[in-house]
Amino acid sequence: MPTPNTQEHTAAPLKAEVKNLSFYYGKVQALKDVSMPITEKQVTALIGPSGCGKSTFLRCFNRMHDLYPGNRYEGEIVLHPDNINIIARQVDPMEVRMRISMVFQKPNPFPKSIYENVAYGLRVRGMRNKHELDEKVEEALRGAALWSEVKDRLKHLAFNLSGGQQQRLCIARALAIDPEIVLFDEPTSALDPIATGSIEALITELKEKVTILIVTHNMQQAARVSDYTAFMYLGDLIEFGDTDKMFINPKRKETEDYITGRFG
Amino acid sequence: MKTQTASTRFARNPWVHRREKLIEAVLFLAAFSAVAITLAIVVILFYESLAFFEHVSIFEFLTSTQWSPLFENPQYGILPLVAGTLVTSAVALLVAIPLGSIIAIYLSEFAPHKVREVVKPFLELLASVPTVVYGYFALLVVTPLLQTLMPDLPGFNMLGPGIVIGIMIVPYVSSLSEDAMRAVPMSLREGSYAMGATRFQTAVRVVTPAAISGIIAAYILGMSRAIGETMVVAIAAGQQPNFTFDPTEAAATITAYIVQVALGDLPHGSIGYQSIFAAGLVLFLMTLAFNVLGHMVRTRYRELY
Repeated sequence: MPTPNTQEHTAAPLKAEVKNLSFYYGKVQALKDVSMPITEKQVTALIGPSGCGKSTFLRCFNRMHDLYPGNRYEGEIVLHPDNINIIARQVDPMEVRMRISMVFQKPNPFPKSIYENVAYGLRVRGMRNKHELDEKVEEALRGAALWSEVKDRLKHLAFNLSGGQQQRLCIARALAIDPEIVLFDEPTSALDPIATGSIEALITELKEKVTILIVTHNMQQAARVSDYTAFMYLGDLIEFGDTDKMFINPKRKETEDYITGRFG
Repeated sequence: MKTQTASTRFARNPWVHRREKLIEAVLFLAAFSAVAITLAIVVILFYESLAFFEHVSIFEFLTSTQWSPLFENPQYGILPLVAGTLVTSAVALLVAIPLGSIIAIYLSEFAPHKVREVVKPFLELLASVPTVVYGYFALLVVTPLLQTLMPDLPGFNMLGPGIVIGIMIVPYVSSLSEDAMRAVPMSLREGSYAMGATRFQTAVRVVTPAAISGIIAAYILGMSRAIGETMVVAIAAGQQPNFTFDPTEAAATITAYIVQVALGDLPHGSIGYQSIFAAGLVLFLMTLAFNVLGHMVRTRYRELY
């Protein structure tokens, strides 16, 4: 495969480094030797047409593929500052997920109260202290810009919230565990434009505290929220670089074609 | 010319039409027969019970703690039979609900595909063993086994048959609960795993509450089966109406009483004969109540996810 045309970027601290990552669903290779840096407290967007492997790539970071038999990783995703290869066989996927949380495409709140949804990650970690839980839940809900809307009905079922609120609840749930990286898998594809706007604003705010990876099929969204963009196609990383540079002046023909809407 | 061809082609074929009507009628009759039979049973239960209540006051029926319709000085209190039914059913559920739920969780959330393919047919086999076999299993295996633990346990008791009914209804509870759990969308499980939860935490804290309506429906179906179970209790529980809630005692259930009377030769129209209809009516109302409850729970919690 061609070496990805990686634009030189400023020497910002790296949160993770992807090195020669390949991924196989059984015998089908879905990612082909992908290498790229993930910069700390920045938003990295993954774009590309359906089936290009961007979601597959994202789900490597929290070892989601381990849930299904027959999947195989090759290469490394090195998490800094610990310098651990999080896809190594001997690394416990549960430990990885304790530090890298995820927001899914469709809001997937649990059949529990708003409060219990946010507290879920803390409870599975064994946190029992009511006071501590209350504090963390409030902090996470504030972080997800949902606190003022739900503070009077924390005991209500999460399903009673609107779609956009549910997705912000899922973001709060992902934030409550103080993750180092938050993965967003097309977080607004099931939402209306107004809810999408509020989620995007939130992502921009969140990068002060946490490193973000976001998969999106919406190029305007990538341009609006991300600092770095990776364009993927058929399992290859075609181009990676600063979002501003890449959208204005893509180096590869495929990237230009995709960004300008000529295919995809 | 062209128009004519078209109109012949599109014209109704009277034979096809008639055959369709006939098929529809047959199908309707088949469906209607189920309704008709149910209605007939209810009508007969009420009709014969009415005759019974001309001789016995409803108040006595519902409050007396003696049931001895075949004795010289007959007493008609349904409570001992209801108590027997409730005790054996409760014992059965204490066995079937934990066991059935654990099996469902295992099969739905833990078992590899191949294990499930092997275990499920065996569970279904458990449901197809004739109940009379279970009855003798309770009398000749389970009760003696229990007697080694509890030497004072009489040969006829409610504990043994209760446990055996529980084993018998495990497949109903487990297979319906498993269906409900497997219907929970994968996205919910992924959400839980993504938070760092273990399989067990995911199964208990996310999948089970999401499937709760189906699981409760499974419990209620199991309960209806336990209440209506006849053979096991008739064989192994002792057939003596006994107003007690102690499972180590012998007692009769409503169903056991009905079998006992139906096997004897009571003259048609006697009070003893009519009493089985009154008892049957109570049984019917009990299972109906549980089914209605189950339906309410199902609609109340439907599509939680």
